[in-house]
Amino acid sequence: MSLHTISVLVEDKPGVLTRVAGLFAARGYNIDSLAVGPTEEGGLSRMTIVVNVESKPLEQVTKQLNKLVNVIKILELEPGEAVERELVLVKVRAEGESRARVMEICDVFRVRILDVTHRTLTIEATGTPEKIEALLELLADFGIVELARTGRIALARGDRGIRERVLGRAKAAGAEDLPEWTGGGV
Amino acid sequence: MKVTGAQALFKSLEGEGVDIVFGIPGGAILPAYDPLLDSTVRHVLTRHEQGAGHAAEGYAWATGKVGVCIATSGPGGCNLVTALADAKMDSVPIVAITGQVPTPVVGNDAFQEADITGITMPVTKHNFLVKHPGEVAETIREAFHIARTGRPGPVLVDLPKDVLISEDVWKWPEHVDLPGYKPTTKGNQRQIREAAKLIMRAKEPVLYVGGGVIKAEATKELFKLATECELPVVTTLMARGAFPDSHELCFGMPGMHGCYTAVTALQKADLLVALGSRFDDRVTGKLDAFAPNAKVIHVDIDPAEIGKNRLADVPIVGDCRDVIGRLAAELAKLQEEAGGVPDRTAWLGRLKGWREEFPYRYDQPDDGPLKPQFAIERLYEHAKDAIVVSGVGQHQMWASQFWRFEEPRTWINSGGLGTMGFAVPAALGAKAGQPKKQVVAIDGDGCFQMTAQELATSSTENIPFVTAIINNAHLGMVRQWQELFYNERYSQVYLSYDVPDYVKLAEAYGAVGLRAEHPDEVDAVIEKALSIEDRSVVIDFRVDSKEMCFPMVPAGSSNDDIILGPEGLKPVTDPAEAPVA
Repeated sequence: MSLHTISVLVEDKPGVLTRVAGLFAARGYNIDSLAVGPTEEGGLSRMTIVVNVESKPLEQVTKQLNKLVNVIKILELEPGEAVERELVLVKVRAEGESRARVMEICDVFRVRILDVTHRTLTIEATGTPEKIEALLELLADFGIVELARTGRIALARGDRGIRERVLGRAKAAGAEDLPEWTGGGV
Repeated sequence: MKVTGAQALFKSLEGEGVDIVFGIPGGAILPAYDPLLDSTVRHVLTRHEQGAGHAAEGYAWATGKVGVCIATSGPGGCNLVTALADAKMDSVPIVAITGQVPTPVVGNDAFQEADITGITMPVTKHNFLVKHPGEVAETIREAFHIARTGRPGPVLVDLPKDVLISEDVWKWPEHVDLPGYKPTTKGNQRQIREAAKLIMRAKEPVLYVGGGVIKAEATKELFKLATECELPVVTTLMARGAFPDSHELCFGMPGMHGCYTAVTALQKADLLVALGSRFDDRVTGKLDAFAPNAKVIHVDIDPAEIGKNRLADVPIVGDCRDVIGRLAAELAKLQEEAGGVPDRTAWLGRLKGWREEFPYRYDQPDDGPLKPQFAIERLYEHAKDAIVVSGVGQHQMWASQFWRFEEPRTWINSGGLGTMGFAVPAALGAKAGQPKKQVVAIDGDGCFQMTAQELATSSTENIPFVTAIINNAHLGMVRQWQELFYNERYSQVYLSYDVPDYVKLAEAYGAVGLRAEHPDEVDAVIEKALSIEDRSVVIDFRVDSKEMCFPMVPAGSSNDDIILGPEGLKPVTDPAEAPVA
């Protein structure tokens, strides 16, 4: 099993999230994180899905995703070929002498403090998944009251958008007109 | 011009060329049943929504056109679910129209409310919830487009009552624009060339033909490919009739209850040319042991089918008609360059040898009991040109084994989902779509009782067909498994020969009931049944309940371990060792 990041361009219509999530659920795959938001184009949303699965079953899921009428395009973002970020809000205990140590960590990680009480600090952190994990591990020592994460979002490196890219697998499947094939729908 | 959503619905159905729909009215769909009275569309009032769904499927199977069913909200829509799932598995193009509670109370647990788009999401190709009357025409247009193009399938359109009642300007969209739905139909020429080269090199190739060939109307192209390149053909349960059974290159049906020759041909082949077939578990048996020496060319319009179960050496995404046509042309070119068809006489000789040696067989003693295979064979002899519809189980396998199919769309059954109760309503739909053809349903007694109420529809709507019940008083296939794999411990499989009395039941439904209990009676009863044209007929063939369906590849076994008849069985003493269904 390994983590895969999939970027899915979908029509912004009711039920689309259920259709996409349903394909994973029907095969018993747990979605690690899911982030949805509008895109540069009206009527289209982008879903960034992180899923822990083997490559072969993932290929079947992406093919099935491609068949959804509301799915415009899918791109698997290979690590190293994409920039990935996540935002986290974390409320951490910071009383007495630990307050200074928490603020020191915030400084090292260059994250912002959004809210201060006598007993806690609420921190906003943005960064790569690795950075977020490292920060949370350190903060765990002080006691995390609660936290909220956006889930990972990502874009491929380089000057092309998702619409101009094609899945390598499309070539392997021998489609005549590659961009159209990845346009999905069967 | 302003029209109500309900009027727009029927104008749209007319615009799509729909001549007949199958359905049942109810509260939320009521507004749609008023403009129906002024429409050219004929409505067939079924007795159960599941019947309407299967009738729409039978119509689509028989005609190649999109079948339509209508139901009300809540239980109406829920009763369509089995038919939708069936159509999804077998790629049958149908459009289901459902009523929904008014939009202000959607999600409010209103009377007869069910989230039918949510419920049917996994069992439809796509579905829609329409929110405004102005969107009805566009949505119906899109629904038909999605249902019939690409890999066909079921599409559901949910219409809330207020959308049906309120008005908007009528506008029929000239074309459909779905940015996320653009199926690839044209196969890649380079891949087709690769495939042709592979076929030229193959010593022991087989065309493994699936239902996609019939869906794509590619049977002429297939015939050309097979005959001009002398390639042996096997047709799956979904593809019976895609290639004539009488042709010397036809080697029958592969699969769990397929013939020895077809099963073994796939198993021993050095090249499988899969055309619109999907390497289903009923065909492959134990996947790891399936066709171990074969390279694979896989042609399918659905890219998700390619490589799903078996890796393809040459994958070709495209419409079977386009790809097979061009593949045949490419092969013809290569054969001309090579100075003729490659010599495969040894392979064809082996196949023909197996065909001689291992035909389907059964023994009909003169003094009975009546064997199911005999009843079906006699029926075939009397009704060769009929469209045959079956349910699911032993009778389905025997029908597929002993009927000889020559034409596409003459065999209709529930393949992927295995829906008992499919036959009677699907026969109704098939007859409605092909009124000039004789339609014969071959059904089991278990199946028949699940949807027999549609005989009432047949009588009142004057859509007559013949139903031959292969009555073995049991859920026969389950009984067979209990005999073979559960140490003959029979559990909940006995139904009874005479409850209900099928002759009386037929008469109660306005049909003619006939019965044959002895081999001597079979021909006369069939002749009588086929002579009646204005009413449906039910024949109660009381057959030997102990007869089992062979050959058989037990689930999970390798196709090499095909069992030809009862003498080939190894006793299973521990039910824990029974194969998984």
